[in-house]
Amino acid sequence: MKREMLTGNAAAAWGVRLVEVDYVPVYPITPQTEIIETLAGWISDGMMDTRFVTMDSEHSMITAAGAASATGARAFTATSSQGLLYGFEMIYTVAGWRVPLVMVNVSRGLSSPITLEPDHNDILAIRDSGFLQIHCETCQEVLDSIILAYRLAEDERVLLPVMVNMDGFYLSFTREPVEIPNLEEVREFLPPYRPKHAFFMASQPMAQGVAVLGGPAYSYFKYQMHLASLKALEVYGEICAEFEREFRRGYGPVEGYMLEDAEYALVMAGSFSTLGKKAVKRARDKGIRAGLLKLRLLRPFPEADLRKALEGKKAVAVLDQNISVGKGGILYSEVASCLCNSKKRPVLLSFIGGLGGKNISPHEFEFLFEKMIEAFEEGTSSGTHLLYTEKEWEEMSLLKRTAENEGKA
Amino acid sequence: MTLRHCLKALGDRVVIVNAASCFTLLAIYPLSPFRNSWLYTAMASAPAGAQGVRDALDVLIEKGKLDFEEDLKVVVLTGDGSAYDMGLSSTSGALYRNLDFYYICYDNEAYGNTGFQESGATPLGSKTTTTPPGERHPIGSELPKKDLFEIWKSHRPPYLATISPAYPIDLINKFRRAGQHRGPKLFISLAPCPPGWGTDPSRSVDLAKLAVETGVWALKEAVFGEVGHTVVPKRFKPVEEYLRGQGRFAHLFRPARQEETLREIQERVDEYWRLHKLLL
Repeated sequence: MKREMLTGNAAAAWGVRLVEVDYVPVYPITPQTEIIETLAGWISDGMMDTRFVTMDSEHSMITAAGAASATGARAFTATSSQGLLYGFEMIYTVAGWRVPLVMVNVSRGLSSPITLEPDHNDILAIRDSGFLQIHCETCQEVLDSIILAYRLAEDERVLLPVMVNMDGFYLSFTREPVEIPNLEEVREFLPPYRPKHAFFMASQPMAQGVAVLGGPAYSYFKYQMHLASLKALEVYGEICAEFEREFRRGYGPVEGYMLEDAEYALVMAGSFSTLGKKAVKRARDKGIRAGLLKLRLLRPFPEADLRKALEGKKAVAVLDQNISVGKGGILYSEVASCLCNSKKRPVLLSFIGGLGGKNISPHEFEFLFEKMIEAFEEGTSSGTHLLYTEKEWEEMSLLKRTAENEGKA
Repeated sequence: MTLRHCLKALGDRVVIVNAASCFTLLAIYPLSPFRNSWLYTAMASAPAGAQGVRDALDVLIEKGKLDFEEDLKVVVLTGDGSAYDMGLSSTSGALYRNLDFYYICYDNEAYGNTGFQESGATPLGSKTTTTPPGERHPIGSELPKKDLFEIWKSHRPPYLATISPAYPIDLINKFRRAGQHRGPKLFISLAPCPPGWGTDPSRSVDLAKLAVETGVWALKEAVFGEVGHTVVPKRFKPVEEYLRGQGRFAHLFRPARQEETLREIQERVDEYWRLHKLLL
């Protein structure tokens, strides 16, 4: 084991190096590119025994990665935002092949307007595909999650691809101290991939990705994926316990922060949770019994853990870093759906913030806790709160005036 | 039929990587008519799928995880919609990377699986369901066929050829010559589609033959970009003989002959052969 200062992207590359992948097809996109550049350097220097190929698009890249996985190789690839959407068709396809591909998505807001900074609309667009999703808050989590992801994906009870997600810029380009495990330890935790279900070899012809005729056959395979994904919750628990024994770092499907005795719980995902934790601390200092629940596993959705952690709270606010235009926060709907039948259902509130990397200020968190207390006292809440500070409004007004003047000039 | 010839030429140690086409419905769970392996990808990215399979086989064999006896030939099989239009980017990528694979394009000159809509492979004057001849647009497809052979050739692949189900010996010989090369080995087969072309299935071979005899379908190969014609009719039959028996061109003859379009189609064919100095 050694300790180094690594960016989220470099931590991802280290994870991929430690699992000794056979094959990495790539295509560049900001802010993911550093991952593939780092791997390219190691492969060129002979530090990784891996085949590396630059493809012509993300659609081709995901096809090649999935096809290699279907041939029996351990494969990896990474993308972001527009790239993920460009390859969207193949995300569903590869999941349906039931191959244990692991990918990293470095979250970035979706066009248009085109931007470089993060939110979660990209990764949530593939929510229903069959890919499992692990959302990371720290660089250490990124590295560890990649090792966990291969173990999870290759488990015969699961056999579904996994997407490890981190926020662009805030995590991808932020350096943090990261413990890099020894290769031997990782080898012990993650045995070599020996597929029994998906391979191509001359002695055993196999048809993969074949068509079906009619709903019953189609439904059967989709239900199978769903059940395997739910099964992954149990498998994830086992694997994480083992990981913790081996590496002394534990990762539940959800993570609580000052949550147990909290009356007001905030639900978040990704690197902005760090801001949320600070806000919880400040609220506690002021005498509000606040807590935070961070969602780590988003698919499969850890309903039971969530219910157990949130039932009986006075109010729960979901702070979505995404927007389903015409509905609101995507995670709000998901959290609400698993609490709606609970007898100890808290009042639920929906907030949207951090779109396109917009900061979430301490003031906005204060507003959020005020609204939770208010909703608890009133016993209800409705609508989606779109966070935007006065200062941001003034700056935006200035931009609008400038645009107007430009138009006149 | 072309596919049967091709697979015979290639042997059993093959994995077919398929894009959305009429062939996609050959392998339906739980049955496959092939003795070889099969992977259906998507409409646009069969060559990228071939890249993944080829690279994976190579790296697994290299690392000793797979016996070299288990190696397979990787064969992309698509229709013209994928080859001429949607899959052009992924094919270009595979050619650029000198991927060791075969590509067989079944060219029936339209999106046949969806009921015969215009594709980049549709020839001038063809009726399709999206180019119905009407009062304002009497000739059907107003655009000439893309020259996929030249597009692919510009990448200088080791082997590239057109083939026809009516010339099986030419086809087999071409596969034999192709097999001597590492890298992309590409085949475009004219493939009569009775429902789309408005012809009787029993006439498919005759039509394929007429396409060659009239000069509409040039049988040729290009080795590292050097073109040679493998079948050159001694005397070219008039193109009309090929067009007349097909429902998709019937509007060019009835109710009135569309002389200008018929002339243009013939001229384009003549121009091709003049360019290659095979027609004086």
